[in-house]
Amino acid sequence: MKTLAELQAIRDRAREKMTVRGEHENAVRIVVGMATCGIAAGARPVLNAFVDEVAKRHLDNVTVGQTGCIGMCQFEPIVEITMPGKDKVTYGKVTPEKVARIVADHVVNGNPVAEYTIGELMK
Amino acid sequence: MYRSHVLVCGGTGCTSSNSLKIIDKLEEEIAKQGLSEEVKVVRTGCFGLCALGPIMVVYPEGAFYSRVTVEDIPEIVSEHLLKGRIVTRLLYDETVGKDEIKSLNETDFYKKQVRVALRNCGVIDPESIDEYIAQDGYQALGKCLTEYTPEQVIQIISDSGLRGRGGGGFPTGRKWALCAPNKAPQKYVVCNADEGDPGAFMDRSVLEGDPHCIVEAMAIAGYAIGATKGFVYVRAEYPIAVKRLQIAIDEAREYGLLGKDIFGSGFDFDMEIRLGAGAFVCGEETALMTSIEGNRGEPRPRPPYPAVKGLFGMPTVENNVETFANVPQIILRGADWFASMGTEKSKGTKVFALGGKIKHTGLVEIPMGTTLREIVEEIGGGIPNGKKFKAAQTGGPSGGCIPASLIDTAIDYDNLISLGCMMGSGGMIVMDEDTCMVDIAKFFLEFTVDESCGKCTPCRVGTKRLLEKLEKITNGNGTLQDIDDLEALCHYIKENSLCGLGQTAPNPVLSTLRFFRDEYVAHVTEKRCPAGVCKSLLSYQIVAEKCKGCTACSRVCPVGAISGTVKNPHVIDTAKCIKCGACMEKCRFGAIVKR
Repeated sequence: MKTLAELQAIRDRAREKMTVRGEHENAVRIVVGMATCGIAAGARPVLNAFVDEVAKRHLDNVTVGQTGCIGMCQFEPIVEITMPGKDKVTYGKVTPEKVARIVADHVVNGNPVAEYTIGELMK
Repeated sequence: MYRSHVLVCGGTGCTSSNSLKIIDKLEEEIAKQGLSEEVKVVRTGCFGLCALGPIMVVYPEGAFYSRVTVEDIPEIVSEHLLKGRIVTRLLYDETVGKDEIKSLNETDFYKKQVRVALRNCGVIDPESIDEYIAQDGYQALGKCLTEYTPEQVIQIISDSGLRGRGGGGFPTGRKWALCAPNKAPQKYVVCNADEGDPGAFMDRSVLEGDPHCIVEAMAIAGYAIGATKGFVYVRAEYPIAVKRLQIAIDEAREYGLLGKDIFGSGFDFDMEIRLGAGAFVCGEETALMTSIEGNRGEPRPRPPYPAVKGLFGMPTVENNVETFANVPQIILRGADWFASMGTEKSKGTKVFALGGKIKHTGLVEIPMGTTLREIVEEIGGGIPNGKKFKAAQTGGPSGGCIPASLIDTAIDYDNLISLGCMMGSGGMIVMDEDTCMVDIAKFFLEFTVDESCGKCTPCRVGTKRLLEKLEKITNGNGTLQDIDDLEALCHYIKENSLCGLGQTAPNPVLSTLRFFRDEYVAHVTEKRCPAGVCKSLLSYQIVAEKCKGCTACSRVCPVGAISGTVKNPHVIDTAKCIKCGACMEKCRFGAIVKR
């Protein structure tokens, strides 16, 4: 270790791996329904896709979690996203292919993807 | 990238209640469910809430599971980690809110704590230098080496008001300043991790939970005083601490944070571990150095002080583990930040090992000036079984007790000294109404008699005589003259002993005499132990009106001292009775009493 910059680089790299343990003030929560119905409908690849996408974009204020069945099993895999200070947005029939767009539009830019939401699917 | 981290406590407390088996099972179940790529298991240091161990925290939810068993693991993995349903029945009940789980910091145990020395314990993996660096580790060392002169470093430590956490409370900055100007071919930094007070385990927890902060702080001290070599003196009874510290030293060497030309500054520093064989006297600084030199651990007279002539006859700075643990934070956050916590002459925080008759046994770190009431009643959760608080012993065998009447005392160095106690390393033993204060004094004297190294007469012979007098009193053979003699002998030992061990050994006696003299007098004049502890002064009796003659007591008595016929009141033969108390435990009618 010869410079402070080297230490800084190690710190930034290590910190990214530990973000999941922190409590963030402006945390974005992505929650995937992982009850039996969700898993059967393919929630696991969706969950992993979110984790990968968040890691790829170095979003350190985002946590990806799971939850149980919320009762609308026909729309599984269901994903809920809560942005700080905003109402929760619920997406239905999410596939790994839709994940990148949801993260880019909604989580990064703050524009929910209306056509993927449950409200839209129920019309 | 893992979506979830499971932190399991790997401190000595939780390890002894099987947390390593829990980790194995956890990894097995996670693999079975195919979650190895998604969930990471981290073994951390002590969380502090040892009474509830083994402890496990699952992130990102922050779910705090307590008293986890190996059998609970499949459920936690399949429910929580796979399906995201928190296993509420295993959560620490104080964290269970109405609709959601509360953060640990909102619980009574953690709410009033301020974690400086323990900030990484239970947060990071102590065997990973990267996790320490992620928490700003080694930034303080980098800052010192690149921005500050050694004089500036000493000035910051002096300004912070940090005082030695090992017991004496000597200002750390002044200690460093006294050593720095002394010219010598080699100087040393020594870390005192010979934690000998019965019931104290904060130094062990820091070494187990955050070993890198000691490595970093010792390098900073080395830079400040011009030393290139450090020793950590740890007791061999702390195998986990020794192992993790060695891993930390090796990792730091590999990263070039120990060794030659650290951060390109031209500063060299390296360190090694020395194991102690568990003698209490080796916690005394001169005895500790004698032991590191390879000799029998005996103290030597001061002056010359270690700052002038210490280890191997060279100028040496010796600090305690907890003192060092504060140093990197002071450098990073500034002297003003540290000095803003605490009281006028005692700055910062102090870790206490809470033990004895208290609900939340464990480690707590509180700002100086927190009252004993807050520690016992709020953080500690009060006394179990509805008993009354009687006193708290601080400073172990070198300290004294604070009686219930002074429970609102703000804890800092000077208040404790004025009460005849001392901060000591931070053991805090809580006692309830069932504790006999004469017996407590006797307990600590037995310890010091065992641990006196024998070099000087006042300590070697004096403590032995003290113990004999205490035994005489607790056996019911004492006289009022004995109490006066006891007191006089205490002062003699304090004034004439060579080192800290002897100078403080009479403190438990003096302090109990000061606050609980009536108990000593009761033992002597009434031949009675008010708390019902001293066996020779006890007799078990059966209250005839309450006894139903069920024979339960006579059946459980191991020496056949209870006689009587069915449905008639029984009688205890006090000559035969060995005072084991088995009958009293068995009696369902409260007919047996201790007098």
